[in-house]
Amino acid sequence: MRALNRKLLRDLYAMKGQAFAIALVIASGVAVFVMSITTLNALRQTRADFYKQYFFADVFLSLKRAPEGLRLRIKEIPGVDMVETRVAAAVNLTIKDYSGPVTGQLFSVPDIGKPLLNKLYLRQGRMIEAGRDDEVIVSEAFARSHGFMPGSKLSAVINGRRKNLTIVGIGLSPEHVYQIAPGSLFPDFERYGILWMGRKPLGTAYNMEGAFNNVTLTLSPGAQIEDVIERLDKLIEPYGGLGAYGRKDQLSNRYLYEEFRQLANTATIFPIIFLGVAAFLLNLVVSRLINMQRGQIAALKAFGYNNYAVGLHYLKLIILIILLGVAGGVLSGVWFGRGLSEMYMDYYRFPFLRYEFQPGVAAIAALISIAAGITGALYSVQRGVRIPPAEAMRPEPPATYRETWIEHIGLKRIMSQPSRMIIRHIERKPVKAFLSTIGIAFACAIMIVGCFFQEAIDFMVDVHFRLSQREDLAVTFVEPASKRALFELQSLPGVEYGEAFRSVPVRLRYQHRTYRTAIMGVKPGGDLQRLLNSRLKPFDPPREGILLTDYLGDILGVRVGDKLSVEVLEGNRPVRMVSVAGMVSQCIGVSAYMNIEALNNLMREGNAISGVYLAADPDYHPEILSRLNEMPRIAGIVERRNAVKNFYETISEQLIVYTSFMAMFAATIAFGVVYNSARIALSERSRELASMRVLGLTRGEISYILLGELAVLTLAAIPLGCLIGYILCAYFVDQLQTDLYRIPLIIESGTYALAATVVLVSATISGSIVRRRLDRLDLIAVLKTRE
Amino acid sequence: MSEDKKRASNQALQGNEAVFCVKGLTKVYDMGEVKVHALRGIDLDLFQGELVVLLGASGSGKSTLLNILGGLDTATEGCVVYKDCDLTRANDSTLTQYRRYHIGFVFQFYNLIPSLTARENVAIVTEIARNPMKPEEALSLVGLDDRMDHFPAQLSGGEQQRVAIARAIAKNPEVLLCDEPTGSLDSMTGIVVLEALEKINRDLGTTTIVITHNAPIADMADRVICLADGLIADVRSNAHKKPACEIKW
Repeated sequence: MRALNRKLLRDLYAMKGQAFAIALVIASGVAVFVMSITTLNALRQTRADFYKQYFFADVFLSLKRAPEGLRLRIKEIPGVDMVETRVAAAVNLTIKDYSGPVTGQLFSVPDIGKPLLNKLYLRQGRMIEAGRDDEVIVSEAFARSHGFMPGSKLSAVINGRRKNLTIVGIGLSPEHVYQIAPGSLFPDFERYGILWMGRKPLGTAYNMEGAFNNVTLTLSPGAQIEDVIERLDKLIEPYGGLGAYGRKDQLSNRYLYEEFRQLANTATIFPIIFLGVAAFLLNLVVSRLINMQRGQIAALKAFGYNNYAVGLHYLKLIILIILLGVAGGVLSGVWFGRGLSEMYMDYYRFPFLRYEFQPGVAAIAALISIAAGITGALYSVQRGVRIPPAEAMRPEPPATYRETWIEHIGLKRIMSQPSRMIIRHIERKPVKAFLSTIGIAFACAIMIVGCFFQEAIDFMVDVHFRLSQREDLAVTFVEPASKRALFELQSLPGVEYGEAFRSVPVRLRYQHRTYRTAIMGVKPGGDLQRLLNSRLKPFDPPREGILLTDYLGDILGVRVGDKLSVEVLEGNRPVRMVSVAGMVSQCIGVSAYMNIEALNNLMREGNAISGVYLAADPDYHPEILSRLNEMPRIAGIVERRNAVKNFYETISEQLIVYTSFMAMFAATIAFGVVYNSARIALSERSRELASMRVLGLTRGEISYILLGELAVLTLAAIPLGCLIGYILCAYFVDQLQTDLYRIPLIIESGTYALAATVVLVSATISGSIVRRRLDRLDLIAVLKTRE
Repeated sequence: MSEDKKRASNQALQGNEAVFCVKGLTKVYDMGEVKVHALRGIDLDLFQGELVVLLGASGSGKSTLLNILGGLDTATEGCVVYKDCDLTRANDSTLTQYRRYHIGFVFQFYNLIPSLTARENVAIVTEIARNPMKPEEALSLVGLDDRMDHFPAQLSGGEQQRVAIARAIAKNPEVLLCDEPTGSLDSMTGIVVLEALEKINRDLGTTTIVITHNAPIADMADRVICLADGLIADVRSNAHKKPACEIKW
């Protein structure tokens, strides 16, 4: 090995502490990058494969009832490829030893053979035997939450008749990757299941012999989905069609799309910030590192090494450190990425995971890191080699110091000599001081971003459930009922108060933008469901007009006073123009609201209600639930405390796990920055400090001079970091808005405090390491040689 | 100095070729708020194979002269010609080549690479030279056969300086430039280092220029050039060179 390369390895070994800290910063950036991108790619690939291999349909439609013969006419619609008709039914389920209300959606599968579209992936068991009317396949998530195995039993109320069923298989469908009950905000695997049954027995039980009430189809290549939907709707309208929709509006796919979009945002913004910060710090550290090697650069040049050889030597050193970091980052990134992907698998129901290590992703991370390191190194090497060697070997001329403005304004008298040294040093190299401060501030800022989500989500849930959706139980009917149903439920034991609501599925249209949602008819002066304005104060729905969730307003691009086209998707499917009366502040879900009377008028119906919100004594919940479960007209029951629990267990968990990884890496970066700043400061000034020791200053006094500067920079960095953190959080909040929820920009003081603490602790640890080195400063050796 | 004296001293080395031709050499340092005139127009010829001692007080300009001769620094005015090459007009890469193939340096503070052993410190130069000796051979010339695998921190000052000399001569340079080679050594160790230089000059015929502010060392030179305030104050030739081992201070 050449002597120069040997020098390289030994130099690296000598600066192992610092090299490790730099590598750690790089590794954190790279790990976040690799983890996020590979996870995202894995999920996308998994989804794409599942959709393709299991024939996920392109268009979906529910209707009242149509004869099977209509299938051929659907198939004749230009642009339609494959068509499958089904029978779908809402069922109430009873599970032995489980008291809560359980609802489900039952879909038919062909009696012979497999479904044409939305095929089932059987995890366990078998398909239904032809002609058996007591066999079902259940969705995996539902099965797992109840411990079902093939052979387990449950009973269902189908079309008012109770039926005992045996589970023969456990399956997954591309149609229900994200399993969420209609009308509910979050998945609840215990209380909502998807079941599949033979077409013939289900048709018989549901009075659908020779008929269907659900159709899915795929498009032939090049077909226009809007045209197909329009023709399909026209064809099905006489049969009570509820409006066809594409994948875009298919519930599972839409949520999946939204969540993947959100994940894609986090998976690109976070790593870019991380890698950017890491690169910036690397640049900073490397340039100062090379400045310190001025003398050695000069000596090498004196021997006849040219600039290129000297430059290359230092670049190799930097690249070696970076590669160590990149290697560590890629390994941990892949490890965390696999873990994270598996966690997502638990949450989304895919039958398989396509997680692959992508060398390209690692290469990009390595390239970004190396480029950042090299630019930092190049600049300093260039500066180092440009000075004639004789000059570089001479000690630098005494730096020009001046009295600082702080001293000028008269604080001089109260400042000790060491304090003056600190501020003069900072003022003399303001750019360097500023860059160090920025570095530490960024570390603080990404800590804030890492911690922000948990508290913001808590706040969001608190606002939604304490101020807006205050009911204990939300009961939805199978079909609109009269107001009598409210009194009936209010009379249940333990129920303290009830409030009726009307919910009408609609498609809202403004100019070219549409959105499928439901209009909630709300009672003015209600106590359980309250609408909140932008200052989170409750207000009553106006007599006329529609209110939109602020986020929905943005999607549709409407303002107060604009007229919306409301296409009702049930009953006679009227289309009406309604003016927007206001916006509702709402973090969770997307909805439209009207005064319940105005909605009834719009529907030209009497006092119809779709469900009831109940306030009830928690002790009576089990009894109320079991009573509700016996009522055949009830389609769904949502218990608030359960909904909150589900929210945390499902939706927020993935974000929180992800962001806690971030917080961990952020803490690493914070430490890396502060430690390096301290170590470099020590190397740069050890001679000066040793001289002061020789002059009789104590260890404490010289430590004060060096660490005092670090302390000043750190303290200045914290408020700056908080500001940067706030800006980053605001950016994230803006990017992470989805139909499901919008995280509010609420940064609790605790988050700031935690970030500041991590930075301060890092500074203290780094300071004490440096302090130990200061105590061991070799006075004689330092003074005997030049820089 | 009178023209006669100058001629006389130059005549003493008649027959030898001039290695360096220095004319009107001036160097001004810009030290931020002050300008320092290190050299104020120096004329000088240095000849093949001679051992020259540059004497002068601190700040007399001797280090500056040496650095410019060695291509480590650039002149403000005047010219320095090495054989046929005008160093004052040379660009950075020419100067690098010049240092690499023709010049050996010995510094007052050794400037050894702390992370390399004695042998490797020499190797770092021989690896890029055209016709070097083996590092072991060079170290053996300065009497360090048994210390080759020691790191600088494990060597005494004198040993470190001898490694530096071995490093300088290992490439078989035409010129050896030594800046206060004994400056940070005690006299006993200093003598050992001087003996090494003497031996190189004698055995290899390397033109050697030694800077010192230590007057007794001048006795071992062929020629002694005294600098003061950036000008040549005196040049004298030693009729009888004293062996390094007889020098005392």
